[in-house]
Order: sequence, then structure tokens, then C-alpha cells
Amino acid sequence: MTSPSGSAEDVAISTDGDVVRVRQLVRNYAIQAKLSLVDQTKLVTATSELARNTLVYGGGGVATVQAVTDGRRTGVRASFHDDGPGIPDTTLALADGWSSGKGLGLGLSGARRLVDDFDLDTEVGRGTSVTVVKWSR
Amino acid sequence: MTERVPILRIGDLLLVSIQIDLQDQSAIALQEDLAEQISATGATGVIIDISAVDIVDSFIGRMFATIASLSRLFDADTVVVGMRPAVAITLVELGLSLGEVRTALDLERGMKILRELRPERRGPFDGDSGAVVATT
Repeated sequence: MTSPSGSAEDVAISTDGDVVRVRQLVRNYAIQAKLSLVDQTKLVTATSELARNTLVYGGGGVATVQAVTDGRRTGVRASFHDDGPGIPDTTLALADGWSSGKGLGLGLSGARRLVDDFDLDTEVGRGTSVTVVKWSR
Repeated sequence: MTERVPILRIGDLLLVSIQIDLQDQSAIALQEDLAEQISATGATGVIIDISAVDIVDSFIGRMFATIASLSRLFDADTVVVGMRPAVAITLVELGLSLGEVRTALDLERGMKILRELRPERRGPFDGDSGAVVATT
């Protein structure tokens, strides 16, 4: 069971400078949670992809970063929410190489590979939420 | 304000050392500045030092590939040097092989690769070419 172990911090995502801010915030949380350097790098890279998705495809949104625990391990949870167009076909969107044209098609599928838990919640016309967790080992 | 990455000229080479947390606009500006500088200086090689870069995501990875293709159009070679081990592991897992981008362990090996590709290339330690700042 994943439960919060500290207060959450929000970052509004409306410019590509905000993507950098998300990366820096996630990095700080990852250090606090005692993730290894490789795991920090994986999590920060994944959240960079997701924050950019929120900006480019979701038309902006908000990232929420929080320290979590499952009783045994510490970790970092990062959520990305937008009220954009949503993703019509999530299976396709999570396949390698799928892209609506602006990227390499690695954003979602690549981010999923870099984290321990990955949850995608999207509805056409309503928006998209992606939540990821990376645990210390 | 978009932060700009300086481009240094050393003989026939252009050297870019990324020391900031690169935002997308800065990455795009760097591509454009490099194209302009390669064209203006006739540089035959580009070295991108990423030893201070703590993450490479798909956008930054694509920038390296774009710079490599761009410089090829001007008959110049590109080498990315100094990738941190954690960045390399993450890139492979992300699915970004950077297959079309030449990489080297460090600056010295990067220069060696460029010299071998083009033996007539003038490095910073040959002849009279001192280091000159080429950015505007």
C-alpha cells in the first residue's frame, strides 16, 4: 500500500521553463527518498517526458510531487494532470514509436519503463492524468 | 528569456559544453546557432560535451541527432563526449540508442576520433590556431 509520507508540492506547467522546474523538484525529492543516482536519473528523465507531454499535448497542466512509503521502502510519486484533449487509444499511445508527430514516440512508453509504478487515466475531451512512483531499493 | 549555450571555436572545431539544465527553447536555439557557426566558420567538427548534464530525455537526445545530421550537411562531423554512466543507463532503458550520433568517453578521445576521421584537421595544438570565441 502506497501512502504519502510528507506534504505534496505542485508545479504549474505552462512553459518549457516549468518542465525544468519539475525536473529539479523531482530530483530533490529523489535525493531525500535516498534513491540511487541511477534511479534518480531514471525518475527525473521519466518526469521530464511526462511534464513535456502535459505541456505539448495537454496544453499545460499541473505536476504534483510527493514523498511516499509502503511501510518498507521510501519513494517518490509524481502526478501529471491536464484538461487537454485526452488520449483516444492508450494501447497505441503506450507502444514504442507511436507519436502524434512532435516527438520520437518514446515519451509515454519510455517513461513507463523508467519507473516502478505507472498509472494512466485519460478520457477523450476530459484530459489526462499520469502517476508514476519510483522506490528506493 | 532563453538561456544560450556558448559555442567556442578551436582551430577547425567547434566546442559546445552544456553547463545548464537545458530547456527545450535553449536546445532549439543551440541547433540554430551551431548551424550558423558551422556555415560561417567552415568548421569540420563539432564536439558536444555533456559531462555536466545530469539527464538526457528524448527531446535532448533528438537535439544531438539533429545537430549530427545538420553538421553532416556542412561536411562536418559531430561527437558527443562525457556522458555520465547514469545517463547512459537511462537512455538505453528509455529506448534511445542515439545510433546515428558518434559518442566518445571524454573530450580527449572525442578529439582523437575527429582527427582520425579527417587527418588534415587542425586541432588546437597544431599550428597557429588559438582558441577563439565564435559566438556572437
